[in-house]
Amino acid sequence: MWRYIARRILLMIPVFFGATFLVYAAVFAIPGDPVRALFGERPVPESVLFEIREQYNLNDPLLIQYVKYLGNVFQGDLGIDFRGRPVSDIIASSFPVTLRLALTAFVFMAVIGVLAGVLSALYKGSVVDNLVRVSTILLVAVPIFVLGYTAQLVFGVELGWFPVAGNREGWVSYVLPGLVLAAGELAYVSRLTRTSLVENLRADYVRTATAKGLSRGRVVGRHALRNSLIPVVTYLGIAAGTFMIGAIVTEGIFNLPGIGRAVFQAVLSQDNAVVVGIVTLLVIIFMLINLLVDILYAVLDPRIRYD
Amino acid sequence: MTDTTDTAPGAESGAADLRRVPGPTPAALPAPGRQASLWGDAVRELVRSPLFVAAAVVALVVIVMAIVPSLFTSADPRSCSLSNSLERPSADAWFGYDLQGCDYYARTIYGARASIAIGFLASATAAVIGIVLGSLAGYYGGWLDALLARLADVVFAIPIILGGIVILAALGSRGVWQVALVLFVLAWPTSMRLMRSQVLSIKQQDYVQAARALGAGDVRIIVRHILPNGIAPVIVYATIFVGVVIGAEATLSFLGVGLQLPAISWGLMLSVAQNRILQAPHLLLFPGLFLSLTVLAFLVMGDQLRDALDPKLR
Repeated sequence: MWRYIARRILLMIPVFFGATFLVYAAVFAIPGDPVRALFGERPVPESVLFEIREQYNLNDPLLIQYVKYLGNVFQGDLGIDFRGRPVSDIIASSFPVTLRLALTAFVFMAVIGVLAGVLSALYKGSVVDNLVRVSTILLVAVPIFVLGYTAQLVFGVELGWFPVAGNREGWVSYVLPGLVLAAGELAYVSRLTRTSLVENLRADYVRTATAKGLSRGRVVGRHALRNSLIPVVTYLGIAAGTFMIGAIVTEGIFNLPGIGRAVFQAVLSQDNAVVVGIVTLLVIIFMLINLLVDILYAVLDPRIRYD
Repeated sequence: MTDTTDTAPGAESGAADLRRVPGPTPAALPAPGRQASLWGDAVRELVRSPLFVAAAVVALVVIVMAIVPSLFTSADPRSCSLSNSLERPSADAWFGYDLQGCDYYARTIYGARASIAIGFLASATAAVIGIVLGSLAGYYGGWLDALLARLADVVFAIPIILGGIVILAALGSRGVWQVALVLFVLAWPTSMRLMRSQVLSIKQQDYVQAARALGAGDVRIIVRHILPNGIAPVIVYATIFVGVVIGAEATLSFLGVGLQLPAISWGLMLSVAQNRILQAPHLLLFPGLFLSLTVLAFLVMGDQLRDALDPKLR
């Protein structure tokens, strides 16, 4: 097990360098001169431009820039944006917002998804089952921004149940965006729970438990469901990673000052240091989650051994 | 090249099996080969599934809409009159008018082309490249396999929407080709991995060993034996992925880093609509509805295809 984890972490190193370099190259290939753009219409002496470029390492060839950048990152310095604000500051102030959003979405996804899946499995082929399957696949098909605006319009503006935008009202502000973010993943979670539970309910140990005289609730809850949740738990992990990305759209719609909105604004204003800093962070999170999911899988299911 | 040779046997046997359906003696079915019965059964099952047929009809209508939009509307989506600006739907204009006073029904119909083109381009290239690279990596192994695996890991670490934003923002002009290319670049590792794992397990099968013992070359073994038996999961994934790409294109266009005006696309229409959802909700409704239905059609088709191709679920 430990050897497997060590190997996986070693394999992550080249992937980390490859992915961050790709992003770095793409960001700095953006046409246009952001340094000159800083000054707008005003005339600037060439020497000043040179000085500023020097400050941001923009005069070096791309590969040297990248190496210098990474060197700084490993010393905890993610650079500064074009207004002189450290990128680490931006991340520190926006990350908690995204984390809270992702957490809210995660709770909705796990609770609603598993509940719907269990109902679906217990009443297989019934109206409930079909309702769950149809409604969840509909939620997958509707693009997140259409869903987001519709939810905002209906529940925020018309009915007034939830704040329309912003995060001034604490956790309540995260309910609607969290639901929207979770909606796309609900279908997979409920379907995975359903398939897995249906399979396990047919297993011998479930029949044994029933024969021992245990109540239906105890057979399902303590025996079948526990074993059925193994694939579900791992999927929940993967979905948590996608929430960090899905946040780009959701945060934009609901005007939450999170990391997704920060990175998107930075892309549009060509604030490259911010883009690379945040994307690097997201790539690391994404890779760590993937690793955790694989390890979790082995921990939960003793039949899986990676050695 | 490989694409035509490997689908041919499946298609033939599918037709043969269909012809055999009304036949009186199911017992006299000497399976002509695992491949033949697998695809034949799948086709038979799919034609009977109302869900698949409905999804296929929707997809077909949207595809026809993309190829010949003038079949559905005689209005010109680019001839607009500002006096009609933001008019609500009426008997004359079913979907109303947009901000510029263009007929929204015509624009929605013409918007299908960009989505379908990008969806098929990105998905088909990802599938073909994935099949070719996956077969080579799985069959030959060695340094090629290691190199492709690392390359796939690197691309896989960059989520599609995030990578799409970063790369597309770097491109000055973005049309159908550019968006499709970027989505393909970010997506090929999945189909490659699928194909690779298929090849790895099929390579060990007795019939492959038998073919090799009979003196078949590598190319013949891959094209005639491994591909027809291993391609099903990639086809399923490619079908679902058409829907995923269409959704991704709309998201990117919506964010302003996908297609650019004056192109007509659902994502762009929704992007313009977002500033006026209170004033003109119909601008959000119609392209959103068409987009969702199209994505849904491909997801359902892929889903049904997977069930039909999986003998365990029968």
